[in-house]
Amino acid sequence: MASAAPPLAPQFDDVEQQRDASKLGIWIFLATEILFFGVLFAAYAITRVNHPAAFAAGSRLTDVSLASINTAVLLTSSLTMALGVHAAQSGTPRATVGWLAATVALGTAFLVVKAMEYRVDYIEHLVPTVNFFYPGPQSGQVELFFYLYFVVTGVHALHVFIGVAVISVIAYMAWNNTFSPEYFTPVDLTGLYWHLVDIIWLFVYPLLYLISRS
Amino acid sequence: MSSVSLGHQENYLAADFRLWSWLTTLDHKRIAILYTVSITLLFFIGGSAAALIRLDLLTPHSELVSIETYNKLFTMHGVIMVWFFLIPSIPATLGNFLVPLMIGARDLAFPRLNLLSWYLYVIGALFAIESLIAGGVDTGWTFYTPFSTLFSNTHVFAAVTGVFIAGFSSILTGLNFIVTIHEMRAPGLTWFRLPLFIWAMYATSLILVLATPVLAMTLVLVTVEHLFRIGVFDPALGGDPLLFQHLFWFYSHPAVYIMIVPAMGVASEIIGCFARNRIFGYRFMAYAMLAIAAFGFLVWGHHMFVSGQSAYAGTVFSLLTFLVSVPSAIKVFNWTATLYKGRISLEAPMLYALGFVGLFTIGGLTGLFLASLGLDVQLHDTYFVVAHFHYIMVGGAVMAFFGGIHFWWPKITGRMYSDRWARIAAIVTFIGFNLTFFPQFIVGYLGMPRRYPEYPPEFQIWNVLSSSGAIVLAFGYVLPLFYLFWSLRHGPRAPSNPWNAKGLEWQTSSPPLPENFLRTPVVTEEPYAYATQRSSDG
Repeated sequence: MASAAPPLAPQFDDVEQQRDASKLGIWIFLATEILFFGVLFAAYAITRVNHPAAFAAGSRLTDVSLASINTAVLLTSSLTMALGVHAAQSGTPRATVGWLAATVALGTAFLVVKAMEYRVDYIEHLVPTVNFFYPGPQSGQVELFFYLYFVVTGVHALHVFIGVAVISVIAYMAWNNTFSPEYFTPVDLTGLYWHLVDIIWLFVYPLLYLISRS
Repeated sequence: MSSVSLGHQENYLAADFRLWSWLTTLDHKRIAILYTVSITLLFFIGGSAAALIRLDLLTPHSELVSIETYNKLFTMHGVIMVWFFLIPSIPATLGNFLVPLMIGARDLAFPRLNLLSWYLYVIGALFAIESLIAGGVDTGWTFYTPFSTLFSNTHVFAAVTGVFIAGFSSILTGLNFIVTIHEMRAPGLTWFRLPLFIWAMYATSLILVLATPVLAMTLVLVTVEHLFRIGVFDPALGGDPLLFQHLFWFYSHPAVYIMIVPAMGVASEIIGCFARNRIFGYRFMAYAMLAIAAFGFLVWGHHMFVSGQSAYAGTVFSLLTFLVSVPSAIKVFNWTATLYKGRISLEAPMLYALGFVGLFTIGGLTGLFLASLGLDVQLHDTYFVVAHFHYIMVGGAVMAFFGGIHFWWPKITGRMYSDRWARIAAIVTFIGFNLTFFPQFIVGYLGMPRRYPEYPPEFQIWNVLSSSGAIVLAFGYVLPLFYLFWSLRHGPRAPSNPWNAKGLEWQTSSPPLPENFLRTPVVTEEPYAYATQRSSDG
């Protein structure tokens, strides 16, 4: 069974058609993801324009060092993912498994750091409706900043979690010699998804943590 | 019992009769049937709410139901009809059935996603029905904030969750169609040989895929705000309720085109066939649908002319809204031109399609009144608006849906229905529809606001006319249930091409084989080559 001819679903004429369909499908899916996050960025932009001082104050309360570590972790995971796709493409299953496992590890690390960050936020009374307390002016608007902070990072973390789960499955498939230079579409598509999650973080990070911090 | 042992010549309906085989089917045709059954059920639930509304409006005072119940009735009518009937209606039923058949493919590109989309639809619908049973929602189908988030104590959570889940079923359908149309066309089937129904599905899918995620995330924000009492739509914290309206209409205006563009595709197929003519200006028809889909994303602000949006934004949105009428008018002119010198026969599908063209024209033209900044101040939130969008959504989309069901019924079921009864149903629907909704233009122009159960006595005559029309309309909708069900058992067997129509779906048997075609068809001619059938006419 190992490295046999790639599975061809009955609705397709040939492997090439099947691969093109999957690729187009994932790109359309990624477009929907961008619009999905687009709402959050739009909400952020509007609210920020209305309350620039409160948002600057809010972003100063975020933990930029943990977020910076996470940015490095996630960027590195995109590198390991790309290397995993390359390994699958060149027909080296053990290397594929290794790079995918590294990606899973880095994704998990991201989530752990994120959880630590949330814990710090909780201790500092920054969780809206749970224990939010801000002594300065415009506390309602600062609370809105943290509402957006939790929604945006929460939805993003959910995507990271799904990515970690999917990459784990793909790594297991690679372990079972499912992929070959003729057939590695699942690795390829998962990689595209993972890079998108990464790119979204590259917008989240400056918007929430960096702008008008100093 | 296994489907394999039944041999190669079985049609898709006879392949396996067990319920389980239906619930796990990957066949696009069976999934289309699953969708048809589900949305028909929801259509009659949403219709019952409308019937109660019309009954209550017979008298100037709300005597049938309390004011709170009235609010819940029109909310459920809107929520169910928009998201659980109109949005999936033509794409998920006829589209699912026909897209692979019309392009000569064995199935959609992603059959499992297709089945998943039906399950998501059902789960979403169950949430919506649950909110209804639990006591209803009173926000209106638009879920305007901050009422929906901070003040309404009704079952907003269940309703919003239902719509959110159903949204993903839309996205999956749209994604599947785009990929299928790009990648799986039969040899020789170039883009400009595609039937206009396929172009319509393509344009619709673009909207489904690009607009629905915006609604989904917006509803997430509404839900979070409803549950935790904090959010960006709350003005008390410095949030912006208008932002919700922008995001909501960014989806919900294109959603109107999700309803009407498929109807345009259906009408094009039917009119070409029963006028026995090429579709006039085929390429313009295809481009017009893409243009409507594209412009549709740029006009949402016309729902907000009196919401406090800037006059500058209002002017731009007004102008862009007028622009949508250009491709819409192209379509109406070209359908009319297709009839010119055609050999027209008035079978039931054609009656529905012609009804569609007329009602869509009225709906479209009254849209121009509403797109005018000054006039809209008077007409906004009156029955004029209600009448306008019902001419588009019911007179347009639902008429075309019924026309499509009648047109492809022999292909789907392998049976012919009674054409006489079907013609009666089409005419009754047309009369009932106009009687219901035309008076609403007048009473709306006179100033009767929508969403109120009570009105001044001088408006009663128009409301009585409208409510009696609703009875006729209900009769027109129930009638097909009888003769179509009758045809399933007693109707004559349908030949593979009963209307002598063009298009690949008519080249396979009725009902089609599970794999659609015995061998992949090769396309060598333009669509709607009806002229070659009657070349002797000169």
